[in-house]
Amino acid sequence: METGLFSGSVHIGIIYHPPQNYPLYIRSVPTENELKFHYTVHTSLDVVDEKISAMGKAMVDQRELYLGLLYPTEDYKVYGYVTNSKVKFVMVVDSSNTALRDNEIRSMFRKLHNSYTDIMCNPFYNPGDRIHSRAFDNMVNSMMMQVC
Amino acid sequence: MMYAGCVLQLLFVRHQFKIAFFSELKQDTQNALKNYRTAYNLVHELRAHETNMLEIKTMAGFINYKICRLCFQHNTPLDAIAQFRKHIDLCKKKIGSAELAFEHAAWMSKQFQAFGDLFDEAIKLGLTAIQTQNPGFYYQQAAYYAQERKQLASMLCNHDSSVVYPNPDPLETQTGVLDFYGQRPWRQGTLSFDLSDPEKEKMGILSLQLKERNVLHSELIITLLSNAVAQFKKYKCPRMKSHLMVQMGEEYYFAKDYAKALKLLDYVMCEYRSEGWWTLLTSILTTALKCSYLMAQIKDYITYSLELLGRASTLKDDQKSRIEKNLIKVLMNESPDPEPDCDAAAVKASQKLWSDRVSLAGSNVFTIEVQDFIPFVQCKAKFLAPSFHVDVPVQFDIYLRADCPHPIRFSKLCISFNNQDYNQYCVVEEAYQKSDILEQSSQGTMCLVPGKTRKFTFKFVAKTEDVGKKIEITSVDLILGSESGRCVILNWRGGGGDAASSQEALQAARSFKRRPKLPDNEVHWDSLAIQASTMIISRVPNISVQLRHEPPALTNEMYCLVVTIESHEETVAKDVKLTAGLKPGQDANLTQKTQVTLRGTDTCDDSFPALLPDIPVGDLQPGEKLEKPIYIRCGTVGARMFLVYVSYLINTTVEGKEILCKCHRDETVTIETVFPFDVAIKFVSTKLEHLDRVFADIPFLLMTDILSASPWPLTIVTSQLQLSASMTSVDQLESYVENVVLQTGESASECFCLRCPPVTNSGGVATGCYIISWKRSSPVESVPVVRTVITLPHVIVESIPLHVKADLPSFGRVRESLPVRYHLQNKTNLVQDVEVSMEPSDAFMFSGLKQIRLRILPGTQQEVLYNFYPLMAGYQQLPSLHINLLRFPNFTNQLLRRFIPTHIFVKPQGRQADENSIAAA
Repeated sequence: METGLFSGSVHIGIIYHPPQNYPLYIRSVPTENELKFHYTVHTSLDVVDEKISAMGKAMVDQRELYLGLLYPTEDYKVYGYVTNSKVKFVMVVDSSNTALRDNEIRSMFRKLHNSYTDIMCNPFYNPGDRIHSRAFDNMVNSMMMQVC
Repeated sequence: MMYAGCVLQLLFVRHQFKIAFFSELKQDTQNALKNYRTAYNLVHELRAHETNMLEIKTMAGFINYKICRLCFQHNTPLDAIAQFRKHIDLCKKKIGSAELAFEHAAWMSKQFQAFGDLFDEAIKLGLTAIQTQNPGFYYQQAAYYAQERKQLASMLCNHDSSVVYPNPDPLETQTGVLDFYGQRPWRQGTLSFDLSDPEKEKMGILSLQLKERNVLHSELIITLLSNAVAQFKKYKCPRMKSHLMVQMGEEYYFAKDYAKALKLLDYVMCEYRSEGWWTLLTSILTTALKCSYLMAQIKDYITYSLELLGRASTLKDDQKSRIEKNLIKVLMNESPDPEPDCDAAAVKASQKLWSDRVSLAGSNVFTIEVQDFIPFVQCKAKFLAPSFHVDVPVQFDIYLRADCPHPIRFSKLCISFNNQDYNQYCVVEEAYQKSDILEQSSQGTMCLVPGKTRKFTFKFVAKTEDVGKKIEITSVDLILGSESGRCVILNWRGGGGDAASSQEALQAARSFKRRPKLPDNEVHWDSLAIQASTMIISRVPNISVQLRHEPPALTNEMYCLVVTIESHEETVAKDVKLTAGLKPGQDANLTQKTQVTLRGTDTCDDSFPALLPDIPVGDLQPGEKLEKPIYIRCGTVGARMFLVYVSYLINTTVEGKEILCKCHRDETVTIETVFPFDVAIKFVSTKLEHLDRVFADIPFLLMTDILSASPWPLTIVTSQLQLSASMTSVDQLESYVENVVLQTGESASECFCLRCPPVTNSGGVATGCYIISWKRSSPVESVPVVRTVITLPHVIVESIPLHVKADLPSFGRVRESLPVRYHLQNKTNLVQDVEVSMEPSDAFMFSGLKQIRLRILPGTQQEVLYNFYPLMAGYQQLPSLHINLLRFPNFTNQLLRRFIPTHIFVKPQGRQADENSIAAA
């Protein structure tokens, strides 16, 4: 992917449910400065944790999975999404990328969630294993193509 | 015009600022804010050019600071934040001179820092911040710009050392101070955008660049980061805090303060490790390894190398290979190659340190606890069974596996146990390879091949005193290197495993994946489970213990339980001991209501114990059989568990070692205790009618009914009625059930005629007790007779004023006279007036007084005589006697009916022959 053609970068992380909280899948476009975004995805879990615990148990069934903007920084925005099984999806996009509104982000998360569900339905996938799936990679690729 | 407008605009800003400042002095903060805001807007209307950019930014910064401060003061923090955002957005791109870009970064950093300070101050005065909006973010951003400043400075200020600071100093002014903030000292008072003197300009920039070189950037960055850390700690952002600490550590590394860097990195490493973020962990470890190399900290260097070679490291194989080679060098007491991208001067210094270390004798043994990180050697210990009998050798396997790119040799593997006596048997050493290793005696024993699981099997004979105890592996030590070079002891507490292994085991256990088949002697690492402890249990006993008895037990009998012990041992079973009785740990009441004895001939009392411990039985020859009867007395019904425990000593050999084993066999049996019989007691009148109370001095009957509930035949040896003092018997009290044998469900009844003298109290009167002496009809041995005492119920005694007794034949005959005499007995101390009347009956004619009134003196009796003449045959109602006591209106005919018969059988007047036949019947 040539970064020159696109106006920004997107980073996607899928994090396994607590107490483990390790990344199941993490991907950055472009790949330079990848480490920094690993840190960003990791630190965003602080806010996700806080939001989940604030929601409490009562609302667990009818709650909104999309957590919205987790926190803004100077250069990028971090969005979060939590499935009912507490698997977390985190997306980091450039602050300058104004094309991405809340609705687009929301539908991207929904797409990710659907693909993740497909992976979970695979009887040969062991929940908790790092995701190595070509279909999933392709989906993420095409999604990133669209937004970058 | 242009100049004038420009100057005017400058004055507008100045004017507004002054008004605002004056309002602030007047404490009119609202107006001050308004004017500052106007001033701020005016600043940005100024025409900006490279020459006045610094001045504009400086002024904007000042005014922005004032506005934000006032907003916080007005408790409108959102306004403050909005103003600051606007300020940053407007100024972010106003870099000014590209050659002095670091100045802009420094200014940006300062803006964020100042805002962070204002925010923090407001919080101290009562403002509440939240996780996603707290001063920490501003300090973090300030640190980020400080880092950028450092980068820009290193790019723009890398002048050759031959470049000297210009003279005269262009930064000096005549007065020593600037006329206005943000102006260039060499361009004071010039409003023109044109550069009048390019040479002077160049000198000025050079002097600023050279000055920047002396700034301690790292110190600034670290201060800002640590400010941010303090904030994020407060607002529940542990991961953000860790990230900033990593950055601090890295900054310390750049500042060449390796000790501090290592301290910080080491502190946060475990957080990333425990959450399994391997890329981040690897990056931190790489920096830490550099630090430890540059300080020549051998132990740290080895520790980080171990983990960077491990499976959690995301390094490429060439990097791993380089690190492993360095590690091997360190083990051989040589200096490792320098880490890449290190400062050349620092490398030089560290090489000196390393060579010093090499020449230094002693302290070359390093013990590294590997449990808490993820080293490249994995270890799992596994006892072959969860328990071992003391007469078989204890066996266990140690599995080792290396994840490094090249094979690695080790010099020793030793295992420690909670009982240290076993340690000596479980060592693998290069020096003598035969020792106790069972397999793997080939040459490659002491070498771990990457990706291959290596198994070492050990066995030893447990000590007899450890029977019943747990043998635990307390640690596994793998020694890399040698005593001659450097020695690294990898120490696993317990049976191996490391920081990641429990999660891996969980994943492996869940997995449905089919594992490929491996050769017989190889195993899948993931399928191995650690088993770090085993129990030593006593030798399997080779004797049989059998129990013979006839359940259920009957209450209070001496129940016989015959224990048969038979030895199947090859040698003499010595010191055989028998423990028998109630199994401990049951209801405490059972202990008091159960007695056990060896002698069945005499009844035991409550002082006997419920459990007879360690009855010596002597020695048992091979094949010998021994019988021992145990007698149990159970005082209450219900189920009880009894324990029969036989222990003995025997000599045996294990692996050529003779040991004296203690063996035991136990049997438990649950015995139900039941009542042998039910006894029913009834009081009836002489007419065999049920009595709920008896009348004083009037005879009544006591009926006992013994119903056998025992499944075994019972022999009633005798029975006895013991009357209380208030009861007297009418006739001889002798047992009618002596030597009666009762089968299940059969019953034996007795009947006693009693009388109760009048009593003064109105309550019940004790009757006495009924004693049954009984035993099983077929006891195992001669057992004593059991006396069961049944307390008879109390009876209510009532006195009556008049007792009427009828004297009449047992039957009548049609048309034959039937004389009847009624005795009226006065039971009171009073003279009784009695009205007697006779009601006629259809079946009888009668002669006598139909109605009479008489008077009976105390204690005496009167007789009334009637002659009945039956008219009909059959069971006929007699003419009924009515008595009316004038003094006792309660004395009713109902009561009277109890004493006198109401019916009689009347025989027909048959022929002579018939009469005979009836008489015969």
